Amino acid sequence: MTAPRPTVALLDYGLGNVHSAAKALEAAGADVTLTADRATVMEADGLVVPGVGSMAACMAGIQAIRGGELIGRRLAGTRPVLGICVGMQVLFTAGEEGGVHTNALDEWPGTVRRLKADVLPHMGWAEVEAPEDSQLFAGIRDERFYFVHSYAATEWTIEPHPRMRQPRVTWAEHGERFLAAVENGPLSATQFHPEKSGEAGIRLLTNWVRGL
Amino acid sequence: MLATRVIPCLDVAHGRVVKGVKFQGLTDQGDPVELAARYAEQGADELTFLDVKATVEDAGTMLEVVERTAEQIFIPLTVGGGVRSRDDVARLLAHGADKVGVNSAAIRDPELIDRIVADFGSQVLVLSLDVRREASMPSGFEVTTHGGSRGAGLDAIAWAREGVSRGVGELLVNSIDADGTKEGFDLELLRAVREAATTPVIASGGAGEPAHFAPAVEAGADAVLAASIFHSGQCTIGEVKAAMREAGVTVR
Repeated sequence: MTAPRPTVALLDYGLGNVHSAAKALEAAGADVTLTADRATVMEADGLVVPGVGSMAACMAGIQAIRGGELIGRRLAGTRPVLGICVGMQVLFTAGEEGGVHTNALDEWPGTVRRLKADVLPHMGWAEVEAPEDSQLFAGIRDERFYFVHSYAATEWTIEPHPRMRQPRVTWAEHGERFLAAVENGPLSATQFHPEKSGEAGIRLLTNWVRGL
Repeated sequence: MLATRVIPCLDVAHGRVVKGVKFQGLTDQGDPVELAARYAEQGADELTFLDVKATVEDAGTMLEVVERTAEQIFIPLTVGGGVRSRDDVARLLAHGADKVGVNSAAIRDPELIDRIVADFGSQVLVLSLDVRREASMPSGFEVTTHGGSRGAGLDAIAWAREGVSRGVGELLVNSIDADGTKEGFDLELLRAVREAATTPVIASGGAGEPAHFAPAVEAGADAVLAASIFHSGQCTIGEVKAAMREAGVTVR
């Protein structure tokens, strides 16, 4: 007898391309449902928040299904949530994309802003600096991941607290240092696309799914 | 630091990979998904499908190929050829493409770029330029249409700049003069585009051996795209990357 596969809800808020994310999560060992149904989202072992395009458009889509509330309720119950790309950016306080200020979900402090780099978007396979005790990157060393973005969070300002489990923060660099991934209790996120990062990406998703 | 991307381009017609010289005398080379999987195993950093026929009747066939690929191969996929409207882009993305290449349609209607960028973001849009040398142009380079056979009367460097200012995410620069020669990329063209553009630049046209790729990177390319050198079995992606690494280029 095999153990049942963890269930993952892939948050459906009208994004065009979520095929690869769904299939990659299945390859990582999950049973995946693309859904905005509140009960399904709450009951799933894990919730994935995808995101491409502009932060303002993604926030509008998420708010239209009251996605912020769903994410907040899951986190209050220490139920895992994983944000990918713009799905990571919306977890910060706000964004400054195209000169427009967008209020975001404010799970983490900080503003997502345009990277100071000669060539944008930051597009392609980059190395990351993951902490030794990272769960997402466990067993994954010297691999590159696929990034495509012009904006990022460049600061991590949550002070360590002895009564709090230490957040694990992974950095990358393009013109300047920025947050490539964060693991903070039940809430994790990657600025890169694990579902587009070949075998290394599937291994990272497998690490997340195993923890569900 | 980013690794320079090596991108095999698969010419697709009626749902099959085809090979021909300048789109003439096409011969069947197999199933696009199988070939794409083989390239991904060899270390391809992205894949590009170019719909060389792009007839209306074939649109559904292409979407099915894109969907099957995106479900099985977890690296970025760009689809170009015959993309004429915002709705064409929406359909390709919905079936699993990560980026779309736009060429002639943007020359006819530059505002198409604005509409695609507004709805889907810069990162989905690759502006594809088929460029030939033309002394009457200010930069000496002209954009062409119809597979390079007709001049568009548009300066290639000025057009690249306009594309960037309208928000395209990448420029695919294909040299019509170098295409098919197997004598190497047009380095002068790449330097001129690099100087004008703040987006990533993909070099295309002219690759005949592994040693040809590193000079394109030195000239300013962020990615290199080739078709026949890989399809012919002349060399693998791994061999191209080994030659690039040897020449000091960072590859994955």
